[in-house]
Amino acid sequence: MANVLAFAETRGGELRKVALEAMTAGRALADALGGELHAILLGPSGIESKAATLGAHGADVVYVAEHDAFATSAVEASAATAARLVGAGDYRVALFSASAQGKDLAPRVAAKVKAPVVDDVTQVQLQGDKVVVTHPMYANKLIGTLSLAGAPVVVSLRPNAVIPAQTARDTRVERVQPAVDPAAARVKVKEMIRGNTGKPDLGEAPVIVSGGRGLKAPENFALVEALADAFGNAAVGATRAVTDEGWRPHQDQIGQTGRLVSPDLYVAVGISGAIQHLAGMKTSRVIVAINKDREAPIFKIADYGVVGDAFEIVPALTEAVKKARAEQ
Amino acid sequence: MEARFKIAPDGASVDEAGLKYDIGDFDGYAVEVGLQITEKAGQGEVVVYSVGPAVVQETLRKALSMGATRAVQLETPAVPTDSLAIATALAAELEDGGYDLILFGKLALDSQNGAVGPMTAELLGLPCVTAASQLDITASSGTARRELEGAAEILEFPLPAVVTIDEGITRARLPSLKGIMGAKKKPLETKPAQVSDSRVTLTSLALPPERTGGRIIGEGAEAVPELVRLLQTEAKVL
Ligand SMILES: Cc1cc2nc3c(=O)[nH]c(=O)nc-3n(C[C@H](O)[C@H](O)[C@H](O)COP(=O)(O)OP(=O)(O)OC[C@H]3O[C@@H](n4cnc5c(N)ncnc54)[C@H](O)[C@@H]3O)c2cc1C
Ligand SMILES: Nc1ncnc2c1ncn2[C@@H]1O[C@H](COP(=O)(O)O)[C@@H](O)[C@H]1O
Repeated sequence: MANVLAFAETRGGELRKVALEAMTAGRALADALGGELHAILLGPSGIESKAATLGAHGADVVYVAEHDAFATSAVEASAATAARLVGAGDYRVALFSASAQGKDLAPRVAAKVKAPVVDDVTQVQLQGDKVVVTHPMYANKLIGTLSLAGAPVVVSLRPNAVIPAQTARDTRVERVQPAVDPAAARVKVKEMIRGNTGKPDLGEAPVIVSGGRGLKAPENFALVEALADAFGNAAVGATRAVTDEGWRPHQDQIGQTGRLVSPDLYVAVGISGAIQHLAGMKTSRVIVAINKDREAPIFKIADYGVVGDAFEIVPALTEAVKKARAEQ
Repeated sequence: MEARFKIAPDGASVDEAGLKYDIGDFDGYAVEVGLQITEKAGQGEVVVYSVGPAVVQETLRKALSMGATRAVQLETPAVPTDSLAIATALAAELEDGGYDLILFGKLALDSQNGAVGPMTAELLGLPCVTAASQLDITASSGTARRELEGAAEILEFPLPAVVTIDEGITRARLPSLKGIMGAKKKPLETKPAQVSDSRVTLTSLALPPERTGGRIIGEGAEAVPELVRLLQTEAKVL
């Protein structure tokens, strides 16, 4: 009987939403295999209390290691601990999240156990003795289907690719020791910097309002911020033209060399729609474009285009969105 | 990379007719970072490696024209689809050391796997930082910044180490005419790669669903009420 191992991502002692997504995807694979789902939960002391949540999302066994260094990514000890668990069981698939932490961890674990790895998969299925995944390729312009042979195989699952689902199990919790001392890592976390507090992350926000060079100056991003605040749950993105100018931090950049996002609603303000920008946001469910140039390429992919001056349209839209939400 | 890709008749590869091989965006950054470090130190050299068939020589020449000292092609009949196979070849080549830093792109634009760098680090037993958005290298150690969702960490590590380069550190320089001419004379060595078996197969490639955009609903602030109505009733996102 083969099982599935899924890594439950935590940060600062809290479970991240992607952890529940990994459990949900792992449960489906375990059911297809007729096997069990085992979770890895690493965190500072007290993290064991989160095991029940993993159980409620389908984990049969939760392996817990507590160490204060696990409040940060502590990647060397996390990878060694995960690899030891992967190597000790009969696993077909080891599942990670394609978050910053999971993307870092999955290939290291795969290399340690000499397994093939595919990062950032949007689907994972079993087909006979193969694990079949879909994964964006060629600068997001094509979708590849890849087949992985052997066991175990390692994949990381794109955030928001599955919706967390509850399936309560009789969960066993097993304490394990970190495979290497987290405090002895060669790569040391010197400092954690908390960013844009209050706003959701670009990868997780249901709404993104992005600004381009059409906003003309950094202070004019106040318009974009205000519109994002009006939506209530929006993050603010930017083009590379803007991050290169230093108007916005480069981690807000969306596109081929920035973040790849897929929100329910993407509002592009003063953005021309260069192919490298589109590569990062074209899969958004609904796209709104505001641009003074009717010929701007962004309009070709926008569901709703408004031609005109962003400095007039955005404040009007902000007020209208506020009013619409107040009336709900 | 600005190319439009056409899927070949086999359905599992890209039609290479009319495509020009170029260095990936993040690999361009990695070469640039290496060049800047050696230029600042006033010593050292940048050696570039690629695992693949003859076409990868174009990528290596590009790096040489930017300023790399020499290049090594680890030859395989095709670029392996399995990142572990590539990492195995690189680790076999690099196991004897002789370097302070091994730089990779955060990801390759074709495979988008982001795996070869950290896998090579593991196989070599070296400390590794992935997706560095800032990097500062001294004689024996490095400091890097890594973006997390809504946060960042500052990491310190000893050399030799493996670092993969994200957006934010630098842009790749454009090769000068002199650089391009000089690159033709720089050493490019070809030797067989010691790859492991590939266990990953690309079975098909598909185009993402086409967007049916292009609808302009109006001009100026007067279009806002209609936009809000559509977002509420048609798109149901408000
Ligand atoms: C290797 C490489 C990688 C790249 N990666 C990325 C990436 O990841 N992400 C990315 O975004 N770009 C990327 N680029 C850059 C990309 O090619 C474009 O240069 C960039 O996206 C343009 O940004 P923009 O739309 O803000 O600026 P512009 O192209 O200058 O567009 C500004 C737009 O604002 C409009 N405008 C001006 N004034 C107003 C006004 N008052 N009201 C309304 N509209 C107005 C204009 O009509 C214009 O359409 C990359 C490029 C390269 C070469
Ligand atoms: N065939 C290859 N030869 C040498 N380096 C490679 C090769 N493929 C990938 N890399 C390096 O590994 C990085 C990540 O690639 P990937 O894991 O395929 O996304 C790239 O940016 C390159 O720096």
